[in-house]
Amino acid sequence: MEWDWDFVRQILPTLIQGVKITILATLLGSVLAAIVGLGIALARRSPNRALSRTIGFLAEFIRGTPLLVQLYFIFYVLPDFGVLLPPLVAGVIGLGLHYGTYTAEVYRAGIDNVPRGQWEAAKACNLNATQTWTHIIMPQAIPPMIPALANYFIAMFKETPLLSAITVLELMNQAKSVANTYYRYIEPITLVGAFFLAISLFSVVLLRWLEHRYGRIER
Amino acid sequence: MSAPIIKIDGISKSFGTFKVLDGLSMQVMPGEKLALIGPSGSGKTTILRILMTLERIDSGHIQVDGEQLYHMERNGRLLTADERHLAKMRQKIGMVFQLFNLFPHKCVIDNVTLAPMLTKAMPRAAAEKRAMELLDMVGMVDKAKAMPAQLSGGQKQRVAIARALALSPKIMLFDEVTSALDPELVDEVLNVMRKLAAETDMTMLLVTHEMGFAHDFADRVLFFDRGRIVEEGKPDEIFRHPKQERTQGFLKKIIAAGHRV
Repeated sequence: MEWDWDFVRQILPTLIQGVKITILATLLGSVLAAIVGLGIALARRSPNRALSRTIGFLAEFIRGTPLLVQLYFIFYVLPDFGVLLPPLVAGVIGLGLHYGTYTAEVYRAGIDNVPRGQWEAAKACNLNATQTWTHIIMPQAIPPMIPALANYFIAMFKETPLLSAITVLELMNQAKSVANTYYRYIEPITLVGAFFLAISLFSVVLLRWLEHRYGRIER
Repeated sequence: MSAPIIKIDGISKSFGTFKVLDGLSMQVMPGEKLALIGPSGSGKTTILRILMTLERIDSGHIQVDGEQLYHMERNGRLLTADERHLAKMRQKIGMVFQLFNLFPHKCVIDNVTLAPMLTKAMPRAAAEKRAMELLDMVGMVDKAKAMPAQLSGGQKQRVAIARALALSPKIMLFDEVTSALDPELVDEVLNVMRKLAAETDMTMLLVTHEMGFAHDFADRVLFFDRGRIVEEGKPDEIFRHPKQERTQGFLKKIIAAGHRV
């Protein structure tokens, strides 16, 4: 079997459609994971024992089960309970929830790393809880954890082919469909690998820059 | 004679099984400069932390500026204070910490203006004007735009004093504010405190191991040991003629360790 450049040119527009969906799913999934992670981290610190235990258990449960199973559950099982979601929405929710349980740990470490003296100074300055979080704690907690968060987002990006299992027309799914139509696999699948590699390499450069920019906070 | 600004009545506080304060009572008069001395673990820092509401008390009562600190009077009954009451009481008190605790992500002037702008809704211009006056008083005007990481320990502590003053508290608490400083930086901080004592009539409580400074600065010295006040009196009485054996022993050790008295 020989590499066919004409075939590549023919399928490229379809694959690029897939790349767009892959990137979109990653970006939306990252935003959701960042929000969910923060929510979990804050809930686990809540003085309300019932809340922190429940959220803690749910997070462990989600982290302890495969993303693929969760995607199936959201897309194929939830409709039985009347929750019918478009594939991309289901995929983004799955990615966001699953990776949110990981980013929650990043947030936890970031928040724990803010010295106790900062909480005490905030109190001595008579800031209320919301002001303390938004003006004192999070601005110090977030910059050092940006590299770790970005790492998870790159990992999430490489897991987006799982979304093909719930009919999201992302890169892998588009590649499979053109391959199945023309019975040629070498070009589409190689291109999928090339796309992922290119974007990953770019992400790594971005990550290095983020580490350099935010990795350390001077005290 | 006016009423005391701080009235502590039989408070106790334990950390686990360790009883830090054991039925402690004391009073502080408005404008008084009080030095709290004693071995570590004697409870002196805990008193400051309790007054700043960083630690809760297990039992007893505290009155600050005529109002209960940890209790609220409602229809003649004493209830446990809620967050709103505590926030109101905290306005009366400022605190300077051993490790400065400046906000490292904010420049010097923003450290000083943050609390007035957030808690008193002071406009930025007014807050900055006031901050510059305070930074002038502590000799840090030319560093107003510097980040805390660029400052020496002594400079950080002077900014921390300005930050605590920005909310115009009636009572200032100084918790071993020179203990973390290199010896050559101690005086610049102590000078600021002398100036503050001379220029204002603020009530000041000071936990310190600087016995020489406590001697010059304080109107009254309390010697703490094991959660109780063992001896109190004018600086000269405590430092020159301590009556209690434990006070004598403590001062002897401190002098042996090279501290000036």
